[in-house]
Amino acid sequence: MSSNSQKKGFGATIWDYLTTVDHKKIAILYLISGGFFFLVGGVEAMMIRIQLMKAGNDFLSAGTYNEVLTMHGTTMIFLAAMPILLAFMNAVSPLQIGARDVAFPFLNSLGFWLFFFGGIFLNLSWFLGGAPDAGWTNYASLALASEGHGIDFYSLGLTISGFGTLIAGINFLVTIINMRAPGMTYMRMPLFTWTTFVASALILLAFPPLTVGIFFMVFDRLFGANFFDVTMGGNTIIWEHFFWIFGHPEVYILILPAFGIFSEIFAIFSRKRLFGYTALVFATILIGFYGFMVWAHHMFTVGLGPTANAVFALATMIIAVPTGIKIFNWLLTIWGGNISFTVPMIYAVAFIPSFVAGGVTGVMQAIAPLDYQLHDSYFIVAHFHYVIVGGVVLAILAGTHLYWPKMFGTMLSEKLGKWTFWFFFIGFHLTFFIQHFLGLMGMPRRVYTFGADQGWDLFNAISSAGALLMAIGILILLVNVVMTVMKGERVGNDPWGDGRTLEWAIPSPPPFYNFAQTPLVRGLDPYWIEKMEGNKEGMVYAEPLGDIHMPNGSFIPFVISLGMFIAAFGAMYHTDGHAWALPVLIGGLAITFGSMLVRSLKDDLGFHVTKEELIADNERIQREARALEGGKKGGLK
Amino acid sequence: MDLNKRYTPQTWPDHPETATLEGKNKFVGFWLLLAAETVTFASLFATYLALKDKGPSGMEFSASGLFELPLVFAMTMILLTSSLTSVYAMYHMKNHNFKAMQAWLGITVLLGLAFLGLEIYEFNHYVHLGFGFTNSAFSSAFYVLVGTHGAHVVFGLSWFIALMLRNAKRGLNMYNAPKFYLAALYWHFIDVVWVFIFTVVYLMGVIG
Repeated sequence: MSSNSQKKGFGATIWDYLTTVDHKKIAILYLISGGFFFLVGGVEAMMIRIQLMKAGNDFLSAGTYNEVLTMHGTTMIFLAAMPILLAFMNAVSPLQIGARDVAFPFLNSLGFWLFFFGGIFLNLSWFLGGAPDAGWTNYASLALASEGHGIDFYSLGLTISGFGTLIAGINFLVTIINMRAPGMTYMRMPLFTWTTFVASALILLAFPPLTVGIFFMVFDRLFGANFFDVTMGGNTIIWEHFFWIFGHPEVYILILPAFGIFSEIFAIFSRKRLFGYTALVFATILIGFYGFMVWAHHMFTVGLGPTANAVFALATMIIAVPTGIKIFNWLLTIWGGNISFTVPMIYAVAFIPSFVAGGVTGVMQAIAPLDYQLHDSYFIVAHFHYVIVGGVVLAILAGTHLYWPKMFGTMLSEKLGKWTFWFFFIGFHLTFFIQHFLGLMGMPRRVYTFGADQGWDLFNAISSAGALLMAIGILILLVNVVMTVMKGERVGNDPWGDGRTLEWAIPSPPPFYNFAQTPLVRGLDPYWIEKMEGNKEGMVYAEPLGDIHMPNGSFIPFVISLGMFIAAFGAMYHTDGHAWALPVLIGGLAITFGSMLVRSLKDDLGFHVTKEELIADNERIQREARALEGGKKGGLK
Repeated sequence: MDLNKRYTPQTWPDHPETATLEGKNKFVGFWLLLAAETVTFASLFATYLALKDKGPSGMEFSASGLFELPLVFAMTMILLTSSLTSVYAMYHMKNHNFKAMQAWLGITVLLGLAFLGLEIYEFNHYVHLGFGFTNSAFSSAFYVLVGTHGAHVVFGLSWFIALMLRNAKRGLNMYNAPKFYLAALYWHFIDVVWVFIFTVVYLMGVIG
């Protein structure tokens, strides 16, 4: 691992990424694999809309439709939205607090590879006898009856990737607790770091119940246990509870980092300090806290009784309060600001009405009697796509534009970005707004077709047309990415010109050791403070230049994850009576635990970047910055 | 970090487990992991309580008929004692007395193995009575709750043994002190979970 200016061969680059423990490279891995799964989930969404484009369509069979629908939801939540947000968390939050790396670089890599192998395992189901088909919620009474191995791919794949997410959550918590630069108090942390922190806490407490529920499912389906089998004394509602005790916080795990990205964008492009920073922080914490108390609003129609329904209905309505606080703070941040409508800012401004629409329908469903009418209808589909697409996906697209220069050192085209935005934004509202009315007209969710006499033809056709516009928007984004990579025009530290937080104070992309000297933080928006005081150096530093301790790269995380991937096949096929299945299960686990043992026994003390190397590297950075300045001036002539 | 640096009890810090940044990170991270483990076991306990005594119609097993306290009481005492001996080990770790630490850890491991042996005997006994994993919802919930705890015991013992063997020749340093500390912390957690299992599964089970 030497300075990143050296050119490397293709094989060496691959090996570098397989063994890297650098949070910035792991961020790129998350972004690429999350982006890939986002495209897969998008293709599945298009298949759904093609099937529903007209009455009685036969593009997909009923069984295939169930698989596509299940995989669309599962892929988008677990394999696309979360990993892409983890990409931004990795790329940005250690820089925002002035840290050298995350607290556990090795575990960071392990978390990524577990997610990656889990996702691959889940998607292999398409080629190995059929995908899961019980919906992304995988309710036990349906899942236990599902034939083939689809559900097992779901259970085992999500177990593996869930471990990865849990590890990532612990890592960010410790990083933010222990590794903040001098002066970076909790109440000076940028909002994106705050939301990373709270979302990580939610991951920590929400993923274990999911893992437990999934283990019960695995035991029931593969090892003859009876947790959900009513004839053997089991209880199928247990799955629903565990799924939603996880599932509701999961919604906030997704939306809080999205809020964080938008908070950064509003401040940067309004050229104003965030309005009500303290209120935004406490609203974030409150949302995280209430997120655990509302899970049963997904189960109003189960029959938990009026008392339980009333309590959960009230708790659900309360969440609208901190969310409303956030909305008003963002509006007041824009108010009176010196606004520049860059692509990230356009997304942020569009997010507010879109997300509020989703929030309002959410409060409607919190009214338990009304939910009896809306439950399992297209109204629900419209609602959660309004919050997930109107909140999380808009944040992902905005964040991709905002942080692309910091991650890759080049700038995505603003012009193409605006094209993407308009196609996607119009397509999104066209697709989902009308689904509210389809739901009120009685169209149930998850049906593979409908009759011509039901009067749903026109609205479904409009909805499908909107989906096409969204797909065009995403295709333009891909073109944008390819063109930007081909051009390779380098940008400097602060390409937006108005960066406020620490990540904009160092080169894009940053050197592998991040800050050569740990910065001294003198207030909220530390980089902005230095700029306003005319500091040409960038930052004030908390320590003299000295040797930097860095962790070694390692191939072990890949091997640990590979072992679990292999073991999952053994566990799954052992019910079919294959003689090789049990040895494969044991062998896979042996690989996993064996490589953990190797990691434990072998001393890995890392290495030092010496002061002389840092000085030399700094000279290179200065040289490149000057060349960039010269190039810009040349371009203007 | 210099592994060859020699410490004496005088130069050894009061809290070697948090004396380095790596140690501090491990310390906080491990407590957070224990939080996740707590939620895991809380979920398993909740499931057990929901499915206790539930089975196919005419099931002959119930908690009050099946469990007997004398053996489980012995197991509880053994595990509690092993927690105490691991405290002694950590006392000597903080005083930089490597040999005494190893000795107390050795005793901890022996007690843990005794506990594990009794648990295997107990499970074997139930299986012979016909109370197998697939017998009923009750049996599944019981074996998964107590078995998950047992798997934690196995992991904790393997961890202790690996640390003791790996460091037998080179003694204590700032690199391995946090590892010993966290293994002991893990052992305490296992012990606390068992106290709840003893109460919720066995005591409340026998009462009926």
